[in-house]
Amino acid sequence: MINEDQQLDDAVKKLNIIPGTRHFYWVLFKSTFLISAFTVGGGMVIIPLLKKKFVDEYGWINDKDTLDITAIAQSLPGIMAVNASIMLGYKMSGFMGTMVAILATVLPPLITITIIAFFYDLFAHNYYVQMALKGMQCGATAVIIDVGLNLVYKLFKKKLLLPILIAVGTFITSLCFNVNPMYCVLVDAIIGLMLLRDPKYN
Amino acid sequence: MNILLLLYWEFCKIGLFCVGGGYASLPWIQAAVVDNYHWITMTEFIDIFTISQMTPGPIGINAATFVGTKIAGLPGAVVATLGFVTPSLILCLLITYLMKKYGELSAIKGTLNGLRPAVVALICTAGLSFIWLSVWDTESIPSDFSDFDIKGIIILLIAMIAVKKKVSVITLLFGSGVAGLLLGLLI
Repeated sequence: MINEDQQLDDAVKKLNIIPGTRHFYWVLFKSTFLISAFTVGGGMVIIPLLKKKFVDEYGWINDKDTLDITAIAQSLPGIMAVNASIMLGYKMSGFMGTMVAILATVLPPLITITIIAFFYDLFAHNYYVQMALKGMQCGATAVIIDVGLNLVYKLFKKKLLLPILIAVGTFITSLCFNVNPMYCVLVDAIIGLMLLRDPKYN
Repeated sequence: MNILLLLYWEFCKIGLFCVGGGYASLPWIQAAVVDNYHWITMTEFIDIFTISQMTPGPIGINAATFVGTKIAGLPGAVVATLGFVTPSLILCLLITYLMKKYGELSAIKGTLNGLRPAVVALICTAGLSFIWLSVWDTESIPSDFSDFDIKGIIILLIAMIAVKKKVSVITLLFGSGVAGLLLGLLI
């Protein structure tokens, strides 16, 4: 694992795109735009993909901040993917980062739907369009699984009982009982507020 | 009132009140654009829902764009989307500011410590329901596991290997789209 982390660090150093530079904004825009354009699904789908890009490929932000931002994005009103990109952008490079990220998140659906609004029938019943979308869905699935397993691995490696219980409990509740994630998040926030204030959990 | 201003304002309200994301925003959108203003019909609204499920992009932005286009063309689409994200922008920046100022408080840290494992769990749930969707074409646990889609399995396996080989996310998404198309032609 350490070896893997080191490889990752090396990859980041080799790419060496520093937040705040003009090149950074271009790469941020390009990658967010393309992920938003190719990802079928809402917040919990697009965020792992952004995480994979920003954290694992470029090293612009870390796991912990990304998870915090995801939790806050889920709890605030509005579109989760948009909320997340606003805060991720800000965390990486301030207000400019926010504007670039939000534009790149919103533009692809805006363009796609404007086009589809005119060609709805042609699009909705076209076999090849559906197969391409299906393929992209499988690709996104692979990334989400990878990001999910990686985070689970890190969570268990810390060997702290309560956070593991929270994760397992939330997983079972949302999977088996179809509870709205909002309520899970609310309950977990209260548990955290009451029981996880010890610095060892930070 | 000017139709563009009205669109902006209505989607601002939707953006402010829809908590819970994704499908939770649908009743709000329906209440405003179908029931209240009759900008689109219920059938068109269901169409938006169908399109949103199969096209990239968050359902809220898709609906805003579709309704905006219907009412006032491209300017309408832009204005409705802007309206939808305005409350998000203000609230998120406010929260970021507050986190900077009060983020060190143990109460805030504790709350986030509880939320992080929850997010890990929710990502895993999303991953699992996406496996159902990719391989069995259903959003919940498949009732018949033997009724799988071989094309889905093939692409998923190749994509998993590609992820392990550290292929870039975008190349991966694009590649699996092409793979889907090719398999669709072949099988």
